Amino acid sequence: MSTATGELGSTSRAKMVGAVTLTTLDRQRSFLDGQAGATCLDLSEVTQLDTAGAWAIASFQAAQNSKGREVTIDNATEAQALLLRTVVEAMPSPRKRRRRLPHHEAGDVLFEVGKSVSSFVVGLGQTIGFFGLVLTRLATTALHPSRLRLTALTHHMQQAGLNAVPIVGLMGFLIGIVLAFQGASQLEQFGAEIYVVDLISISMLRELGILLTAIIVAGRSASSFTAAIGSMKMREEIDAMRVLGLDPIELLVLPRMLALLVMLPILGFVANMTGLVGGALMAWIDLGISPAMFRTQLAANTSVTHALVGLSKAPIFAMIIALVGCYQGLQVEGNTDSLGSRTSRSVVVAIFLVIVVDAIASIFFSIWGV
Amino acid sequence: MENTVISVRNLTNRFGKTTVHQNLDLDVRRGEVLGVVGASGSGKSVLLRSIVGLQRPSAGTITVLGTEVLTDPPTEADSTVGKPDAVQNKWGVMFQDGALFSSLTVRENVEAPMREKLALDAQTRSALADLRIAMVGLPATAGDLFPSELSGGMRKRAGLARALALDPQILFLDEPTAGLDPISASEFDNLILSLQKALGLTVFLVTHDLDTLHATCDRIAVLAQKKVLVTGTMDEMMEVDDPWVRSYFHGPRAHAAQLQGAA
Repeated sequence: MSTATGELGSTSRAKMVGAVTLTTLDRQRSFLDGQAGATCLDLSEVTQLDTAGAWAIASFQAAQNSKGREVTIDNATEAQALLLRTVVEAMPSPRKRRRRLPHHEAGDVLFEVGKSVSSFVVGLGQTIGFFGLVLTRLATTALHPSRLRLTALTHHMQQAGLNAVPIVGLMGFLIGIVLAFQGASQLEQFGAEIYVVDLISISMLRELGILLTAIIVAGRSASSFTAAIGSMKMREEIDAMRVLGLDPIELLVLPRMLALLVMLPILGFVANMTGLVGGALMAWIDLGISPAMFRTQLAANTSVTHALVGLSKAPIFAMIIALVGCYQGLQVEGNTDSLGSRTSRSVVVAIFLVIVVDAIASIFFSIWGV
Repeated sequence: MENTVISVRNLTNRFGKTTVHQNLDLDVRRGEVLGVVGASGSGKSVLLRSIVGLQRPSAGTITVLGTEVLTDPPTEADSTVGKPDAVQNKWGVMFQDGALFSSLTVRENVEAPMREKLALDAQTRSALADLRIAMVGLPATAGDLFPSELSGGMRKRAGLARALALDPQILFLDEPTAGLDPISASEFDNLILSLQKALGLTVFLVTHDLDTLHATCDRIAVLAQKKVLVTGTMDEMMEVDDPWVRSYFHGPRAHAAQLQGAA
């Protein structure tokens, strides 16, 4: 490594010294910048030259050329000359930078709005189409039950259902405790502690149990469906299935959807039960309501309808979660970014739809008077 | 010693009970194109991965440009940043399918090594990236495309451009022509050869492509029986009296390649 020092001779020769490489690029370029009048570059003392260095020399030549000055290269070794020639030949013309004007920005905004509106409409159409397709396949499978993939079905029942029991159970238990605790402190003011039982049982059985279960399952399973199907899509496994005459909907979507249809009500039931246990425990500790009293009050005041209303929403939630997860998975494209964004979108959309449907169901049941 | 840029001694690679390499020795000389051939599963890629530090061998020493790569793990990020002279900045690796970062455009892919390892201003960096993109024969418009928008051949070229980003002395190529049509493959051979001449590169080339071997390689190393069975020029390969080597270089495909090479 040596420094670049130039001597401006009588024929305005500039002598480059030492390594002219990527690592010394800054130094050599500032040296060249100071040689604006040079008509000849002497490379006799250049010890090392690489493409970056050759690029610096070639851009210097080009810059001088545009000012009408020819710059010749002297004393380059054969290898250096070859490298310079290769670089000069490959030298891309500088990219034109378009000036940005205010109305360009406005146009961009308008374009983005239009794009997202149209992609939303297209997406909605595709989702409805996908839903219809799955229903058709479901009907076909119902007519030919032997086409149902039992192994896949049980596998997904275990993955999405059984393996979720601990987390769902714990969640229900904790929610029961929270409800009892909060309810107790309010109801105590009226001396109406006993109604904490109704508070827990109705809110848990009717709304919270199944809603929170669906949210947990959406987070767990919608994402895993999207990731699994999406990576299969990326590795062209889905295309391979189609070519083999296998139907990806039948093979991948139906087992997942049916598994959730079976398992989500069960998980909701688990959450309901652990919620009641948690609530009863807290009511006992905090308010002194014994488990036997809790049971009597529960049986007397809380109709089983509440539990049925709650659980009746489970199949709808299951469909939403499975369909969103699988649909987003099938939308994954060739790059890893799209897998990530589809996975996160699948969770967000699934949870959002679950909550929307839950709200609609609440209104529906209250009008219906159940 | 000056002329040997890669020296592998007593390399042993084991995966569980399978031994891939047993006391393998190999030298790569400065400025040559070394083709590494061998049956599928003979450990060509494992050898490449061992040299560049992606695979820790069970035993042996590997010296690249005078640096012992096993005691100074090349893939540890902190050992390379801010050290432009570190050996890992003096080689470039092109993986089989380019292994481009899919969330970056081609230009950003080529800029990535420069961005991480050098303190260059953004304009110089993108100009140098454009130069590399042009040198590997990609159109200027390719710089703004994402890897998923490229064809297989273009991805390989983009991978080569990224491998050349730091002006390496050694270029590792893993199956550069696999999956290319014959025209693109021979274009790629010529590209490698002309870049190698112009940049004075040492090329370590893993390949199955007999045409590539004929067209580009100065020497060939045959991997078989867990070691480098034989090294030598193409002509020397034709004389080797080993059943596998014979059938490799005298098979029907070899003859076709030879005819083409002679023509």
